[in-house]
Amino acid sequence: MDLDFTDAEEAFRGEARAWLAAHVPATPLPSLETAEGFAAHRAWERRLAADRWSAVSWPTEYGGRGASLLEWLIFEEEYYAAGAPGRVGQNGISLLAPTLFAHGTEEQRARILGPMACGEEIWAQAWSEPEAGSDLASLRSTAVRTDGGWLLRGQKTWSSRAAFADRAFGLFRSEPGTPRPHQGLTYLMFPLDAPGVTVRPIGRLDGKPAFAELFLDEVFVPDADVIGEPGQGWRVAMSTAGNERGLTLRSPGRFTAAADRLTALWRAGAAPSDTALRDRVADAVIGARAYQLFTYANASRLASGASLGAESSLNKVFWSELDIALHETALDLLGPYGALADDANDSPENGSWAEGYTFSLAGPIYAGTNEIQRDIIAERLLGLPKGRR
Amino acid sequence: MHFLLTAEQREFGRTLDGMLGACGTPSTIRAWASGDPKPGREVWTRLAAAGVFGLAVPQEHGGTGLLPVELAVAFGELGRHAVPGPLAETVAAAAFLGRLGDRPAAAAWLPKIASGEAVISLCMDGPYALDADAADAVLTVRDDSVHRTARHGPVQPCLDPARRLARPLDGALLARGPAVTAAAAHALVVARLVTAAQCLGLGRALLDGTVSYAGQRTQFGVPIGSFQAVKHRLADTLIALEFAEPLVHAAALALAADAPSAAREAAAAKAAAGEAAYAAARTALQLHGALGYTDELDLSLWIRKARALRDAWGTPAECRARVLADRPGGTGPAYALGERA
Repeated sequence: MDLDFTDAEEAFRGEARAWLAAHVPATPLPSLETAEGFAAHRAWERRLAADRWSAVSWPTEYGGRGASLLEWLIFEEEYYAAGAPGRVGQNGISLLAPTLFAHGTEEQRARILGPMACGEEIWAQAWSEPEAGSDLASLRSTAVRTDGGWLLRGQKTWSSRAAFADRAFGLFRSEPGTPRPHQGLTYLMFPLDAPGVTVRPIGRLDGKPAFAELFLDEVFVPDADVIGEPGQGWRVAMSTAGNERGLTLRSPGRFTAAADRLTALWRAGAAPSDTALRDRVADAVIGARAYQLFTYANASRLASGASLGAESSLNKVFWSELDIALHETALDLLGPYGALADDANDSPENGSWAEGYTFSLAGPIYAGTNEIQRDIIAERLLGLPKGRR
Repeated sequence: MHFLLTAEQREFGRTLDGMLGACGTPSTIRAWASGDPKPGREVWTRLAAAGVFGLAVPQEHGGTGLLPVELAVAFGELGRHAVPGPLAETVAAAAFLGRLGDRPAAAAWLPKIASGEAVISLCMDGPYALDADAADAVLTVRDDSVHRTARHGPVQPCLDPARRLARPLDGALLARGPAVTAAAAHALVVARLVTAAQCLGLGRALLDGTVSYAGQRTQFGVPIGSFQAVKHRLADTLIALEFAEPLVHAAALALAADAPSAAREAAAAKAAAGEAAYAAARTALQLHGALGYTDELDLSLWIRKARALRDAWGTPAECRARVLADRPGGTGPAYALGERA
């Protein structure tokens, strides 16, 4: 049992650190949930991709570095410690790309991954519907067979990044009337500027258009943009959901870096007599370290051939609650300045705490609500009997 | 990096689990609580034969040399079975004596600790020595001196009935000076590590027992474990334990490497594991209903132990302060750390 990195892994860390030190913008980019910020973040993705730092875990032939899971974790630690911008391409890189590697065709990978890595094509998710949230399998948007492809019809919602993104991926009902709702679904990709697509941006809690509703009216999708077999979409999608909840959506590096910044904030200005606040800072530090170590253990399990199933639900609940607690503590430390929005002139540290707080509040909701995750933990890990939700 | 227990370490844990399961610890705990340490000392002897105490004793004195990961594995099982006695104290005393550099004291006690003949209570923080009446020696560290206590005050009843606390009264000076301070700092890290590991095992046992009960207990015609409010509480209990475990392993590795970060890592592990175990106890109490609120239920021995272990060798607040004390990032507010060294 050890926590040691090899010389090669340390060298990889050093190379990442040096590149980031030389390239991370001195001033933070505008919020990626604005048109201006989205464009700036897209340009940053191009910069990353130019030196093959955009998707380090992809094989080299697709612009990656063939990095191991552990190397990816190292990269993420360095990335967030360097204060580098949020990843506008993340939906594609960490959700769609693993699905393409597992279920896509060679033609799809060759066509899609390059533009994804360099930010030329930003991807949005199209999972939820107005009547299908936690009960995703009850979704009703349809894909109807037509000459050479499919016609999409229906409505998707809470589609992250869709206000400014280029393409979307999601699930559609291609076989009506199957015995079980998980059957007869197909995983498809479509352009957001295709005829028949209407995008209505939705303001998140602070009004920024972080997600959107999608209205689909006879949108044509060629067969080449189906991932996996038609009708097998649920199985294909769940491999993505596993990635999202499991290891790759919110890497520990985000939280260890944020805990370091929180410690600095506390050291700079906290009242020594406020031990309640001190406890919360310590809990954030301990929580970030616990998540990092838990992930190292999972990486070790995966490296020795095991797979992660319902265990990924533990992760999702833990990091999403850690993220909120950490940012709430930061706002409390900021006192009167903790009330300022991220784009206020006086907002401390360029509004990063305010932006992080607003972002964190969504964590227990997206990627499967924490209530659903706790059901999964109780039923699949603890073996408790199924019951009504 | 391979941040998982080895097959041998897991097997060591399973062996102890099987052995302690066969011992029937609830009756041992109840005897210990009533002032009869005999069954507990028999368990102690078997633990020594399995090599548990030697894991903190240098090789020249009949041990393996300090093996923190194996100690964490062993103490996880001791916690799972709620074994009574000054377990962490004896192991911390071994670490203290091994570091002290006082050859006669080391030669007198370390071989006996390894063989299970010597049960040692070590009192470093606070007014009380644990299980002084059942121990063969009580060592009391105050400032930079250590005494072997000759007499102790009356045993004070505790919220955890298996925990018998008494005030050390007087004794003979064993050593004084910076070596005592350094050895005590080392012993504190060991004590926090093994107590954290004990908390993990205790919490797992509380969770397992409660999951099993929730699957059997029927109300409104269905098992109570099918209710979402019950499930979610149990899920949260599991999450806290799962994320405390790697902190314990990392602290053990840091201690094994004698890394400067070991004290911080042990404090983090102790805070997280102590809180997780206590939360597991609250969950167990609540989900067993009135049954959990009785001393007839064996699991209530585990429930009451959780609070004591959470606060032993540094309350969560003291451990949290320690976590922040030497974290990189400049000097912080001058907090009282509530710990020596």
